[in-house]
Parts: sequence; C-alpha cells; structure tokens
Amino acid sequence: MNAAASSPIDKANVAERLYRRRNIVNRIAIVMSCVAAVFGLFFLTWILWTTVSKGLGGISIALFTEMTPPPQQAGGLANAFFGSMMMCGLAILIGTPLGIAAGTWLAEYAGARKIGLVIRFVNDILLSAPSIVLGLFVYTLVVAQMGGGFSAIAGAIALAFIVLPVVVRTTDEMLRLVPAQMREAALSLGVPQWKVIVQVLYRGASAGIVTGIILALARISGETAPLLFTAFGNQYWSADLTQPMASVPVVMNQFTASPYESWQTLAWAGALVLTFFVLVLSLIARAILLRNKISHD
Amino acid sequence: MTDLNFSMSAPVVAASGRKSALATTPKMSAKHVNFHYDRFHALKDVSFDIAEKRVTALIGPSGCGKSTLLRIFNRIYAIYPKQEAAGEIILDGENILDPKYSLNRLRGKVGMVFQKPVPFPMSIYENIAYAIRHYEKLKKPDMDARVEQALRQGALWDEVKDKLKQSALGLSGGQQQRLCIARAVALKPEVLLLDEPTSALDPIATGKIEQLIAELTEDFTIAIVTHNMQQAARCSDFTAFMYLGELVEFGETEKLFTQPTKQQTEDYITGRFG
Repeated sequence: MNAAASSPIDKANVAERLYRRRNIVNRIAIVMSCVAAVFGLFFLTWILWTTVSKGLGGISIALFTEMTPPPQQAGGLANAFFGSMMMCGLAILIGTPLGIAAGTWLAEYAGARKIGLVIRFVNDILLSAPSIVLGLFVYTLVVAQMGGGFSAIAGAIALAFIVLPVVVRTTDEMLRLVPAQMREAALSLGVPQWKVIVQVLYRGASAGIVTGIILALARISGETAPLLFTAFGNQYWSADLTQPMASVPVVMNQFTASPYESWQTLAWAGALVLTFFVLVLSLIARAILLRNKISHD
Repeated sequence: MTDLNFSMSAPVVAASGRKSALATTPKMSAKHVNFHYDRFHALKDVSFDIAEKRVTALIGPSGCGKSTLLRIFNRIYAIYPKQEAAGEIILDGENILDPKYSLNRLRGKVGMVFQKPVPFPMSIYENIAYAIRHYEKLKKPDMDARVEQALRQGALWDEVKDKLKQSALGLSGGQQQRLCIARAVALKPEVLLLDEPTSALDPIATGKIEQLIAELTEDFTIAIVTHNMQQAARCSDFTAFMYLGELVEFGETEKLFTQPTKQQTEDYITGRFG
C-alpha cells in the first residue's frame, strides 16, 4: 500500500465500495433463495390442489361406511381405512416400546462403547432403508414361514420395522439433549439409574419422543410397498389379523391404475383423507414441541 | 489484603456469625487421594479433613482439581467411564471409596448441589417429594410436612407456598438453586457438597444462598467449591487452596486469607495469578 491509499478519504471510499459490494451480493442471495422457496412451494401447492380438487368429489358418508366395490359399482373405503388403522396402530404398538428401549440403551447405557456407535450407525441405515426391502424381508420372515399366507400381522410387522429406527433415533437424541447435570443431580440423591431414566429423564425428553412417534405414524400411514407382499389387500371387511387385510395406500395403488372411473374417484378421495390425516398429525407434533419450548423458557 | 473485613464482605460475615474454628471434629477425611481422568493425573496425593458442622471452602484457579475433589466425596464421578479415584475417604470411620460401600447409602448421607440449578421437570412439590419417596414411605400429611420443612430450610417456602403444584421450571434461577438445596436437604444428609452454587446467579440471589449456607451449618457439614475468593472468605470456616491437582495450603479461613504460609497461596489470594 502506498501512502495515498491509507489517507482518510481513500479509506472511506474503499469502505463505501466494499459496503456496496456486500449489498449487491446480499440482494442476489435474497432473490435466489426466494426463487428457490417459490419453486418448492409451487409444486407443493400443485400437489395439494390436485389432491383436493380430485378427491373432494369422492368424499361422502359412503366413503367411510361401505366396502371397496367391484369395478363400476358404488362403494367406499371402510375396510381399507379400518385395515390401515389396525395395521398402523399395531406397528406403533410393536415398534414404540422396542424403539424407546433401544434408544434409551444407546443414550444412557452404551456410553463411549464401540458397540453403541455401531448400533447407532446400523440404525441410521435402517432409517433410510427402502421400504420395499423391509416388505420383502418380512415376506421371507413371516409370510413364507406361514405357508405363503398374507396376513395383517405381517403387514404390521413390516410397518413396525419403519417405526423402529425413527423411534430409536428420536429417543436417543432427545435423551442426549437432557443436560448431564440433570442426571448427576438425580443420581446424587441416591436414586438408582433406571429410576432416574424413567422418572426424570423421560419427562425431560417426552415431548421429543412423542413427536417422533407421531411422525413415524404419519410416515407409515402412507406406506404402500411394505404392505404389498405382507398384508396384500382384501376386498371385504376383515378384522382377522391372520388374514389378508385392506389398507388405504394399497387400495389407492390398485384403483388409480385401473381404467374404471369410480375406482379412480375413490382412490383420490382416499388420497385426500390420508393427506389430511398426515397434516393433522404434523400439526399435533408441532403443537407438542411448541408448548414444550414455551414451558422451558 | 491483610484485613479480612474488607467492605464488600463485612455485612455478610456479620450475618453468617462465623463459628469458632477450634474444637471441631473431622466429619470426612481425605487420605492420600489420587484421581485420574483416563491418563490425566488430576489430583495428587490430597489429604485433609472436612470439619463437622462447619463450612470448608475449596478454592484455586480453573482446572486445579477442586471440583474433581468435591465430586469424589459422593462418588458422582463414578457414572463416567475412565475416571478413577485411589486412596481413602473416611466418613464416620468407613472408607467410602471401598467398592463395597453402598452408593445408595453414601448419597443418602452426602448430598450435592451443582453449579447450574437443575430442577427436575415436575412440580415444585414433586421435586422435593421425589427424592424423599426413594428413602421413606410417608403418608400424605407427613410428606406435606417434610416438603414444607425442606422448603423452609431452603429459604424458599414463603415464595412458593401458594404454587407448590406449579412446574419448578417456572422459578427464577436463584429460586431454582434454593429448590435444589432444599431437595438435597430434604433427605436429611449429614454432609452437603456445593459445587460453585452461586456462579450462575446474580448478587442478590448469591447473598441469599450465602445466608442460607450459614444457617445450614446448624445441622449440616458443608464443603463448597467456589471461584469467588470473597465468597470463601465470607462464608467458610476452613479453606483449602489447590493448584495443579495438589493441595497447597489448608487451614482456618481467617488465617489462610490473612497470613498464608505459602507464596503460591498469597499470590493467588492477592490476585497475582489465577
């Protein structure tokens, strides 16, 4: 730098130039992120709009009270809704306790042991495993063992394999977010570790864990692939867990691919109900997290 | 720094009514205690006594091992892998570092309060009752009385008596810390370990806690780790000065702050390092 460049006037000019440059870069960044947001939202709105406009016509009382009809006849999706509810509920019942137990072990008992890191890594793989692979796995594990008979229980097990890693992950992470001092404070009262975990740490982590379970439920309620080889589908009402059972995503898969207009309408109506259900679940999850955040501040 | 009663500390010293350091009996004795964090030698052959129903302060610069030492007295360090203590800590004639010494029994006798207030995510009442329930089976009225007694001992009762069912997380930082002290006191321990109990609090809350510490020596033996030398001077009867994992000097607080025998102690208390 020569002497002239460091004079006060030049310094001010340089600062002004740098400021203008930053301003321009800032504007470009804002415009680009807005374009990206609009691009994403555009497709999301389009998808929702299509679902609502095509599905709304199929919404009626009959949708929830009548069985899936043969081609070109009137009917509803009652058996599919019931089947989805049964299998998703069962999957949550199977996957949640296992997932919470495994997540608790990872966060509280594994410590710095290598096996903990390995299990966490494997769990992450399971988390992103294609659901059709899980379906095939349960097919060989359950369906083929039972003589090739499709069953609702097999479907629920396949869905539980999707729930499991989600719950393991959220339990693990939420427990690790509980400050170490909380454990020390509780343990220093002489309370044994399992009691500290169940009575103190779970309370601190409950909002996060419940949110994880709800999001897992939202995810499995739309899963088709794992049910194709396990629960298969059923045109009639069935509450027998050892028999094939209908489910909303599988019925949608079958009906949208058909040439019959009545089936297509039902499929769109099913899609709308499913979307609405997932939306409500997400809202509940958000509400729980938000309430928890406020009470902590 | 030859006169202990410098202006800042004077009123609190008066309030605490410092007891005579003479005629004390040791409640807990550390004998040749060594401590390792994995390979790091954090405490080197530390020996000293904690006098019964007196306040013993542990001071020294960050990383000197004072918190480590405190955490050995109730073996809370044992929840972490690769932390090991050797030597003896005698409590009522028994070595608590003996693996056979029940942790449950130890922690019933030696309570601890931490730097950051950590109320449990439950109601104020439950925070106190939770710990008691683990040791005793009490009927509702008895439990109510115990909770009230603990909260009174924690100097918190008047502020929370109308909202016992509310979440403890809604209390202020100072109130939360007094709740933690009440929770530890509720178990009727014999020794209370305080690990920098006021470092996250404002001066008013700190004053209240210091007053509380003075009151608690009626019933309890107290060991306090503090970064604040004026605090040690204000509210302790004995002081241990630690540096680089070693106990440099230990003695009556008044003497240690006015006539330290070691150069390192004098340098530290006069603010020349640390």
